[in-house]
Amino acid sequence: MSISLLLHALEQGLVFGIMVLGVFITYKILDFPDLTVEGSFPLGAGVAAKVIISGGDPLWGTVLAIIAGSFAGLITGLLHTKLKLTNLLSGILTMTLLYSLNLRIMGRPNIPLLGKITLLGEIKKYFPDLSMDYLIPFFFLFLVVVLKLVLDYFLSTEIGLTIIATGDNEQMIKSLGVNTDFTKIIGLCLSNALVGLSGALFAQYSGFADVNMGLGTVVSGLACVIIGISIIKAPTIFWRTIAVIVGSLIYRFLMIIALRYGYSFGFKPGDLKMISVLLVVIALSVPLIKHKLNFVERFNLGRKELQNNNGKEV
Amino acid sequence: MLIIKKLTKYFAKNTPHETLALDDFNLRIKKGDFVTIIGSNGAGKSTLLNLIAGTLEQNKGEIKLSGEIISNQPEYQRARWIGRVFQNPLLGTAPYMTVEENLSLSIKRESRGLRLGTNRNLRKYFQEKLSELNLGLEDNITKKVGLLSGGQRQAMTMLMATMFKPKVLLLDEHTAALDPESSKKILKLTRDLVKERQGDLITLMVTHNMKQALDVGNRTVMMDRGHNIFDVQGEEREKITVDDLIKQFSLVGNRKDKYVEDRMVLI
Repeated sequence: MSISLLLHALEQGLVFGIMVLGVFITYKILDFPDLTVEGSFPLGAGVAAKVIISGGDPLWGTVLAIIAGSFAGLITGLLHTKLKLTNLLSGILTMTLLYSLNLRIMGRPNIPLLGKITLLGEIKKYFPDLSMDYLIPFFFLFLVVVLKLVLDYFLSTEIGLTIIATGDNEQMIKSLGVNTDFTKIIGLCLSNALVGLSGALFAQYSGFADVNMGLGTVVSGLACVIIGISIIKAPTIFWRTIAVIVGSLIYRFLMIIALRYGYSFGFKPGDLKMISVLLVVIALSVPLIKHKLNFVERFNLGRKELQNNNGKEV
Repeated sequence: MLIIKKLTKYFAKNTPHETLALDDFNLRIKKGDFVTIIGSNGAGKSTLLNLIAGTLEQNKGEIKLSGEIISNQPEYQRARWIGRVFQNPLLGTAPYMTVEENLSLSIKRESRGLRLGTNRNLRKYFQEKLSELNLGLEDNITKKVGLLSGGQRQAMTMLMATMFKPKVLLLDEHTAALDPESSKKILKLTRDLVKERQGDLITLMVTHNMKQALDVGNRTVMMDRGHNIFDVQGEEREKITVDDLIKQFSLVGNRKDKYVEDRMVLI
């Protein structure tokens, strides 16, 4: 395993880590399985790429990508709260809509960015002595840490707490004076803004944007969240956001290993998505399997319940 | 003053399952009144509370609170003046959030912004309030609420429903799902918290227990099939016994069941 491969995993883990923070907001905090991300990731990439090849400032391209992402979240949120569509259907509709919209924005299915000045190139101007190999991971790390801290702060504000409570006990928070339509929409916008940013940075980092690059974003995002949270078990938001970023790093590391060494086991690059699905299924079923395997515990539990019932009846 | 005028609510309207839960229901409650509401299943007690809180929307009629019509406002707007405690102790608190986060969600009910949800002053205030509950919660304000017992959670909900100085307090059989010991404690807490407000609060408490309905509060309303069939307060109420209530209950015209449900007379 070479250093460059490790650096590669680190960079990808951090870039996608921004997307994973977005998935964390919807999946874990709002309890809203949001499929919009399949569309908002390539949307962010497409918007940024379009701005860059049209000669615009890559910083503006990236900012526009963030706005476009939050707009995607807004559509899903409105479909779900105002038209009362289920959360899955709202996401599917927006995701499909975004595919067409993205083709319109990009003008063609694929935009190569080779030879163009990207945001990373712009930043390089300020650090002429630093090699790109170190600049990229440092910049991504800096960005992820800043975003994580801002998100932590936001979630502990008055509005942030109502968003957490919306996912935790919606009926209760309504009776405490919160318009849950509003909190859901804010959460979805924030989440997809992060996903759009992640898409924009990934396009500039890898040198292209493609309408199909969002395929599998939901599953990989979920895999990262689930891996992270099952490894670092922590109750506070501060540690949970760290956990999902660590999850993202581990996931990309596993994927790169699978890509690099998978051939010896007969894997092909196309099998990667299947592997991520397997990872998600395994990570999600571990607690259940543990429970089923533990016959002694089950036996004892049954007896306890019996005793309690008897105790109450007497 | 809480004025309920000609309030009507159907469920599953225009279907074969149509039921009339409230039928031209009228009630006027003065500031400071503590009204207990009794009635059998399907009498419309919970529907009444849900309509006042805005969880359900009425088909006809209106609700006025201190001169303002509130019956056309969404639930989250009415929550500025209305505190609620549900029968299910798990409904009133958010299990994955800490004790202090739950309290801070309930204390400010409008124009929430980007200020931190909790701070040192608030925390001190919460600890003071929690210590009055005598449950030791003041030392555990960073504990997840999901780890507390049903009785503790219901006590917290009581605190959350009164701490922000509401105009109306709605209690929907809030002691029914608890064990006898916790039930007693919550009832005592209810009395204390209402007393603290010294006649400044309108309280409506739904209960299935006739003895409790007469012991607590200063006015009792008996409901049956969406009607207010018996309303008693003051001196007259002090003389009334559970037996009188049962008699009153059996008097209601053309009932198929002349008998009162067991749980209503269980003490």
